[in-house]
Amino acid sequence: MLAIYKREMRSYFTSPIGYIFLAIFLAVSGVIFSLTTLTQGNASDITMYFTYMLISFFVVLPLLTMKLFADEKRQRTETLLISAPISITSMVCAKFFAAFSMFLIGFSVSLLNLIPFFYFASGNPDLKTILGSLLGLVLIAAAFIAIGVMVSALTENQLVAALGTMMIILVFVMISIFNSSIESYFLRTVLSWISVLDRFTLLAVGRFDISAIVYFISLCFSFLFVTVRIYEKRRWA
Amino acid sequence: MIEIKNLVKRYGDFAAVNDISFSIQDGEIVGFLGPNGAGKTTTMSILTGCLSMTSGSVTINGVDIFDEPLEAKKQIGYLPEFPPLYLEMTVREYLNFVYDLKNCTLDRAAHINEICDRVKLTHVANRIIRNLSKGYRQRVGIAQALIGNPKVIIFDEPTVGLDPKQIIEIRTLIRDLGKDHTVILSTHILPEVQMVCDRIVIINRGKIVADEKTEDIEKVVAGSRQIQLKVCGPQKEVQNAIKGLSGIKYCEVIGEREMQSTAFLVESEAGLDMRKGIFNLCASRAWPIIGMEAVGLNLEEIFISVVDENGQGGKKKKGKKGDK
Repeated sequence: MLAIYKREMRSYFTSPIGYIFLAIFLAVSGVIFSLTTLTQGNASDITMYFTYMLISFFVVLPLLTMKLFADEKRQRTETLLISAPISITSMVCAKFFAAFSMFLIGFSVSLLNLIPFFYFASGNPDLKTILGSLLGLVLIAAAFIAIGVMVSALTENQLVAALGTMMIILVFVMISIFNSSIESYFLRTVLSWISVLDRFTLLAVGRFDISAIVYFISLCFSFLFVTVRIYEKRRWA
Repeated sequence: MIEIKNLVKRYGDFAAVNDISFSIQDGEIVGFLGPNGAGKTTTMSILTGCLSMTSGSVTINGVDIFDEPLEAKKQIGYLPEFPPLYLEMTVREYLNFVYDLKNCTLDRAAHINEICDRVKLTHVANRIIRNLSKGYRQRVGIAQALIGNPKVIIFDEPTVGLDPKQIIEIRTLIRDLGKDHTVILSTHILPEVQMVCDRIVIINRGKIVADEKTEDIEKVVAGSRQIQLKVCGPQKEVQNAIKGLSGIKYCEVIGEREMQSTAFLVESEAGLDMRKGIFNLCASRAWPIIGMEAVGLNLEEIFISVVDENGQGGKKKKGKKGDK
């Protein structure tokens, strides 16, 4: 498992994609930060920054995940991994963690944005909301990366993998926007359960909402589980 | 030891592998021979755990590939049809990766150096795989299969697309590996298995049509000996005289050749060498023979002969096993 993780990490940095991801991620987070806080009058409110970061994930995270399995298939290196004495689960997890680590690298660097925030903030910024939002973003990113891992396992074309991932992430993010126009109370409640944005809002206002955390983690697990199944199924087909 | 029992692989209605069984002893080099689409690669994929079977079982040294895939895979080195190479890595990085992937416990540097030495990769070890030629990439693929010293090595068409010199080198290497490993080799080139393997399993349309020692297959091949003959002499007379020899199945005129000679295609009964007889005949009539060569059977003809003996024509006598 460690071998695949190390190889994936290495390939992020020996191919342009790792740098492209970091550049886009940092540029987007910088722009969002200055637009939502520095140029606004109310410099102590940072919630909008986190919400827009969450939305930006749908563009940047597929960059990390699109190659994971699609490229193995294109280069026909998949057989090496499958015929090696490692389980499919550890292969999928290794790839997931590699992409997740890349995200964490970019995400930690983007935390530098908070330095000017604390410097310019008028009054006392609410630490609870900031920590809650950060936790929420990391968990949501994990879930979205798991979605990307799954889509990548379905195709050998990286572009298809990226676009497919974007579409699924978009659905999860956009549910709450369409939700307000749905008549049925029942449907609205169900949709708000699976809406990533709604759940994130709870964390972002500083409420340590266990159900949201469990939801994000289980979202992540389900998609990784489906990926493992996809590989098992391919053997069976 | 590898034991394959009643292996079946279906894709919908199509049976890519249809009930094949055979076992391979330790230290054997087995050639898996068949035309394209016969089910060779499917069988290899099942053997290496990349694909599951519809029914049947595969055990490798007593470990079932289905029940304990990790344990079974440890014993196998596999070179697929397309060598699974990460083009952006150097040879050494790649082999190190495979070493980690297989959880190898041998001494890392010594083991990798030894393998590089064995497949003659040492001088390109620090080059990026993308920049290597097809032949070298193939060797990296072989090196990858050797890492961890697996007991069983499986090669899927290892010499396709290589130049003649590389083909010879790779065949020599495979023979050499056969001394301390069990090797399974798939190919559609008959001379290759004849040169390299101890035993030949011929597969066609998902079924085993022959499973013989290499010498025995050679007898099948030799059994229906055809020769091409060039004789200077009156065409009709020569033809009739040769047909009159005992044991000649047919003699047909191919065409006029140099020095007013005629070329004939002559075929004798199985197991009979007719060359002396023909020489004596022509000598007694003073018809100079200016050319006589054996026409080797190609794979298709062997298939026909092997398939024939399994019932349809029964022209060639020889062989036992076949499809059930």
